[in-house]
Amino acid sequence: MYPFSYVKAKSLKEAGEFLAAHPDAKLLAGGMTLIPTLKARLAQPSHLVDIGGLAELAGIKEGAGKLLIAGGTRHHEVATSDAVKKAIPALAYLANLIGDPQVRNRGTIGGSVANNDPAADYPAAVLGLGATVVTTRREIAAEDFFQGMFTTALAPGEIVVRLVFPVAKRAAYAKFPHPASGYAMAGVFVAETATGVRVAVTGAAPGVFRWKEAEAALGRNFNPAALAGLAVNADELNEDIHATREYRANLVAVMARRAVAQITGK
Amino acid sequence: MAKVEITVNGVKHSRDVEDRVLLANFLREDLGLTGTHIGCDTSQCGCCTVHVDGLAVKSCTMLAVQANGANVVTIEGMAKNGALHPIQQAFTECHGLQCGFCTPGMIMAVAGLLKYNPNPTDEQICHGLEGNLCRCTGYINIVKAVKRSAELMSGKK
Ligand SMILES: Cc1cc2nc3c(=O)[nH]c(=O)nc-3n(C[C@H](O)[C@H](O)[C@H](O)COP(=O)(O)OP(=O)(O)OC[C@H]3O[C@@H](n4cnc5c(N)ncnc54)[C@H](O)[C@@H]3O)c2cc1C
Ligand code: FES
Ligand code: FES
Repeated sequence: MYPFSYVKAKSLKEAGEFLAAHPDAKLLAGGMTLIPTLKARLAQPSHLVDIGGLAELAGIKEGAGKLLIAGGTRHHEVATSDAVKKAIPALAYLANLIGDPQVRNRGTIGGSVANNDPAADYPAAVLGLGATVVTTRREIAAEDFFQGMFTTALAPGEIVVRLVFPVAKRAAYAKFPHPASGYAMAGVFVAETATGVRVAVTGAAPGVFRWKEAEAALGRNFNPAALAGLAVNADELNEDIHATREYRANLVAVMARRAVAQITGK
Repeated sequence: MAKVEITVNGVKHSRDVEDRVLLANFLREDLGLTGTHIGCDTSQCGCCTVHVDGLAVKSCTMLAVQANGANVVTIEGMAKNGALHPIQQAFTECHGLQCGFCTPGMIMAVAGLLKYNPNPTDEQICHGLEGNLCRCTGYINIVKAVKRSAELMSGKK
């Protein structure tokens, strides 16, 4: 690890001001992405501004058809929260599939969406449910927030304060994890929302995306059979030592069917 | 440098540490508690698992300064007055280890798991130990040891 200075922020305001004054400083939340990155010497921040444990970033609330999850909420809290299990059980299920218990005990939802790893799980739920990302400066719709591999709409110094999820009628997530890393080789989040069916795919492409053909087909007939014969365009998917594009395209179709079957029971 | 005050296995330690020092290295090098192992560079093996304020975490993926003010329990804090912790006893009885390198982290992860789920199924045990790798046992006897731990901790002999 290259040397850096550690700063414990006492408030979001203080963290924001520190970042504005130090362009090479970086936020530290759960550290489950950032610390491995530092250990591998893939980043060299001047300072780490620790926002872990800030009261302003804590809490899960439900009401008026919305589920609010603060940016500092750890994966384990989302996985075991009664409010989440009641409002959007698929989100609690997804959180319980992230990494392993030790990672879930420290990693946060704000850190995960800010990082936007193309194989991370939360981006599928955020896009699949049409959630809003509330930052220290504005509200950003999921569609505008995720901008491809490790890229988001966040400006330097902007902090994710909370996620606002509209409660879906029904939703499910199916993930094919990489057997060693646990990250998604393909993960598909399917939701029946007030504005129609949404299908979001993570792990397969350079960034999370909506599979519009599947949405249209499921909008007509919400059943795994409605997806028969549909395929994502393999040319736009990732290819690496783990899987070819074609294999990933097939995984996406299978995960989509499994997610719908979780909901319909067949 | 930062000043930290960390309680480890009930003893409060005040030290000056470099900001980039990992909790795992602090425990091993500053406090001499070498029961916490380091088995990888990638936060995947779980050998370094300790409890911070009651939660199982990978001490190689946390800075010592992040644990300032916290209560840490390591494998050295599990046995009490010379008597093995029931999980340590179960690993011994069930042959839940071979070389033993993964065992301190395994035991701390099992302690974390049983806190939330005192009577886990085989599937829940495997899911609960996903963050811990063992190169020797093939996991079968580890799963047995977890079941035995659950029995011992619920008072069954
Ligand atoms: C072994 C292992 C397995 C994993 N498996 C999975 C998996 O299966 N699926 C998955 O989705 N993830 C997985 N992860 C990643 C994990 O979910 C991380 O917790 C998450 O990506 C980052 O959250 P964090 O709170 O730890 O953020 P940090 O590591 O602290 O920060 C990550 C980045 O986000 C920035 N940041 C943090 N918080 C905020 C905020 N509130 N606003 C703006 N920027 C912020 C930081 O500056 C940094 O750039 C795994 C990690 C490990 C170590
Ligand atoms: S040393 Fe491997 S996970 Fe910590
Ligand atoms: S007993 Fe050797 S690594 Fe687990």
